[in-house]
Amino acid sequence: MQDYISLFVKSIFVDNMVFAFFLGMCSYLAVSKNVKTAAGLGVAVIFVLGVTLPINYLLDKYILSAGALSWLNPEYASVDLSFLSFIVFIAVVASITQIVEMVVEKFSPGLYSSLGIFLPLIAVNCAILGGSLFMQKRGYETLGEATVYGLGSGFGWFLAIILIAAIREKLSYSNVPKPLKGLGISFIITGLMGIAFMSFMGIKL
Amino acid sequence: MNKDIYRKPLFKANPITVLVLGVCSSLAVTVQLKGAIVMALSVTLVTGFSSMIISMLRNTIPNRIRIIVQLVIVAMFVILIDQFLKAYAYDVSKQLSVYIGLIITNCIIMGRIEAFALGNKPVPSLVDGLANGFGYGMVLVLLAFIRELFGSGTLFGYQIIPQSWYVANGGFYENNGLMILPPMALILVGCIIWIQRSAQKDLQEQ
Repeated sequence: MQDYISLFVKSIFVDNMVFAFFLGMCSYLAVSKNVKTAAGLGVAVIFVLGVTLPINYLLDKYILSAGALSWLNPEYASVDLSFLSFIVFIAVVASITQIVEMVVEKFSPGLYSSLGIFLPLIAVNCAILGGSLFMQKRGYETLGEATVYGLGSGFGWFLAIILIAAIREKLSYSNVPKPLKGLGISFIITGLMGIAFMSFMGIKL
Repeated sequence: MNKDIYRKPLFKANPITVLVLGVCSSLAVTVQLKGAIVMALSVTLVTGFSSMIISMLRNTIPNRIRIIVQLVIVAMFVILIDQFLKAYAYDVSKQLSVYIGLIITNCIIMGRIEAFALGNKPVPSLVDGLANGFGYGMVLVLLAFIRELFGSGTLFGYQIIPQSWYVANGGFYENNGLMILPPMALILVGCIIWIQRSAQKDLQEQ
């Protein structure tokens, strides 16, 4: 249990998707003009990461990685399908977002009207695919770890986008040099936030 | 062919500094010039050829599932590049790690497919894709040049700043360690945008 908690905290603060790996920057910069929509997108990212990571973990463990097919037949132990992982992972991400969109549309029209427009965007959010690729690279051992990592990094992304959206709301009242307005200052502020988040790197969990 | 197709993405509509597409990978791979150049080439090739293929198929893809079709085609090219790099440039492939795979979700590719390739003929789409990849690559190489030179005093791994300048050898100079860290990439991109928008006033936001 303690492992899970420390992995969760680590993936939020130390290995933050935005500040440590620059993942999901496109939608992070495009949809952070006000806190409400940013929160909507953030929740959608947590949800999709939390769902796709366990699925991709199982696919990786039982189909894609070297020798994974040996549960089917011992002869297949030499088969290595890991070169297919990009295409499988992205297909899972794209289809899950499509399914989630349809389910939400059917059962919760209220949530759909606030989240709906973001769901197609999420399929091409690097943070989602990045989560799966990092999970594969770091070799998380159990289904629980993969899920916790997915939820944690989704939460880290949520935190990052909420923070920048809140800062940008305040920023619209301040006197920024004209060429730096909008995009430029958002980059610089993200950099400064990244420096602040680096102070978590010293924490050993 | 309209000259704007290949001229615009370089400065006026640069994918990174103006359209804010594909920022994710651009920042992570710019610690060293070598990785940045490999990344820029890979993205240029993938953007160009996937735009071309999608443009050929544009009248047969059903609208509702087009994102999945696009992603699968892009993923195919990325797998080819990944396998190629693993075979012929293993150290670069190790250094770029997951970011090669993340070319699939690089917003430039999807952005150009959605905005250009779905409504244009294959050859202009190919040119548009290559030009956008090149515009992206330019910023990438510039960033990597600054970061590697000031961060570790080298270019392509060769020492540029003379050894005798360093404090350790009795000189006055020290590498700026902040340049190698992730946040500095963001601040540098902010500065590049600042410079570009000071020169091109029509890009400034209100």
